[in-house]
Amino acid sequence: MSVNFAAFLYLISASLFILALRGLSHPSTSRHGNFCGIIGMGLAVLITLLLVLPDFSRLVLILFGLGIGAVIGALIAKRIAMTAMPQLIAAFHSLIGFSAVMVSAAALYSPSSFGIGALGSIHTLALFEMAIGVWIGTMTFSGSVVAFLKLDERISGKPIILAYRHFMNMCFCAAIAIFIMILVMTGSHFVFWCLVLLSFFFGMSMILPIGGADMPVVVSMLNSYSGWAAAGIGFTLANMALIITGALVGSSGAILSYIMCKGMNRSFISVILGGFGSETLIPSTSNGKQRFVKKGSADDAAFVIKNASKVIIVPGYGMAVAQAQHALREMANKIKNEGVEVKYAIHPVAGRMPGHMNVLLAEANVSYEDVFELEDINSEFSTADVAFIIGANDVTNPAAKTDPSSPIYGMPILEVEKAGTVLFLKRGLGSGYSGIDNELFFRENTMMLFGDAKKMVESINKSLA
Amino acid sequence: MKVEALDQALDRLQESLNSVREVSTDISSLLHTGSAIDPFIFQLAIFILSIFIGYYVVWAVTPALHTPLMAVTNAISSVIIVGALLAIGESLSGYAILFGFLALVFASTNIFGGFLVTQRMLAMYRKKER
Repeated sequence: MSVNFAAFLYLISASLFILALRGLSHPSTSRHGNFCGIIGMGLAVLITLLLVLPDFSRLVLILFGLGIGAVIGALIAKRIAMTAMPQLIAAFHSLIGFSAVMVSAAALYSPSSFGIGALGSIHTLALFEMAIGVWIGTMTFSGSVVAFLKLDERISGKPIILAYRHFMNMCFCAAIAIFIMILVMTGSHFVFWCLVLLSFFFGMSMILPIGGADMPVVVSMLNSYSGWAAAGIGFTLANMALIITGALVGSSGAILSYIMCKGMNRSFISVILGGFGSETLIPSTSNGKQRFVKKGSADDAAFVIKNASKVIIVPGYGMAVAQAQHALREMANKIKNEGVEVKYAIHPVAGRMPGHMNVLLAEANVSYEDVFELEDINSEFSTADVAFIIGANDVTNPAAKTDPSSPIYGMPILEVEKAGTVLFLKRGLGSGYSGIDNELFFRENTMMLFGDAKKMVESINKSLA
Repeated sequence: MKVEALDQALDRLQESLNSVREVSTDISSLLHTGSAIDPFIFQLAIFILSIFIGYYVVWAVTPALHTPLMAVTNAISSVIIVGALLAIGESLSGYAILFGFLALVFASTNIFGGFLVTQRMLAMYRKKER
């Protein structure tokens, strides 16, 4: 196959990727979109094989590698629980980062097969592109590994504050810049691996101080990085499909990060600098005054929601942890049969990644037409009899509107306090990730339901029967 | 022994052939200097325009599908596998083949895992069955 024809086919493959993203504009077209993506990927692999025409032993090696990946990938995709999606995505990002580094290393050790010069005399521009790709790729790798460990709770989700981290990170930046320059000038293999090592630690020290509640931003940001890394390698290989895809993924991740930051009313910079939720803001326990909380039982809750005419359910990360989505859907069905109108309200940063709650509700067979975004449903709380909050806290805290001294001041919230009755399903009276008290707990029209989200909803279901 | 030596010689030949080809393309591009634009500029143009495409396409994605969006962008960025295939298919260095193979396994895991998990998620987004 001629190189030009191959480039043309790569372009088709990239266009299919654009269609794949385009399909996601609506659930009804999304499966078609995903199919386009698969075709695009198959095409890209096929073109490359036809272009390279590997000899028999290499072809066997390629098929072997593809097979290993296919088996592992398929098993993971089939077995993973929907609640574990954030850590899966983080793990996938790290794979992209790792692949980017390995491809760069291969290009460095055998430049002639990538058409970027001969061993020891690689084109300067190619070296520069490679250096950038390796730097971002390695950071994506190590950062995603840390994010994975945090999301999977293998290490604490709390921010881990390293001493002098800002100073340290600046040193990392400077050192990386210097090593990139040396690599571009010399093309030395040793410098390449030094750059990998430095970027590895830099990526780790970037993500370690970022706390659990900021994870949606981190996951989106790493998504963006993986795209830029791919684009960097695309420049090195002069491959259109890679450049276009890298740019698409890069901007996609950047937009998601922006949306997440807006959902928390935090600047991107302050998220990256990290440390949010580390200062244990012990609530001022209302000036020593014992505040009264109205506790309710499952029977009480069942009575309240059964006699409502409109219930809005607000799910949060607690629902994901307790895997309560199926029980919740059962509960919604039961009261729907009693003639109650049920809607779901989703805050942009609910959960640990963008759209996390939507996937869980979809898994539990909740129609996407019943699920609403913050802007679309906020005006409806005043007409709702019951706001049923399950495993969410900060995203409903009125302090975000009223208390300028609150760390979450200015964050858009779901205005659940406007509903007739607020039911809070929580494990305990603890504060949310931001470490602040929620005055809603102490209001007259609030009823607290303490317990594991799943068990509590199940017992509500029993009393509904 | 002899076979190995022959192989080595062939590899050398291949390498020198490649460099000759490069020099010749360099020369031909030199001849056109003044009129021809460096291919890098074209790549950069494609890159920049693609960022804009990405911007508009991604803003059109419904927030309910943001998780599948991440899964699918993750899957398509595995197109980096073409680099791995090049490395295995054409490299003369054993290291490069090893690196390529690692990249191949990881990228392929990502491709299959990413697309399949997206498919699994998207299959769950349903309208009400009344």
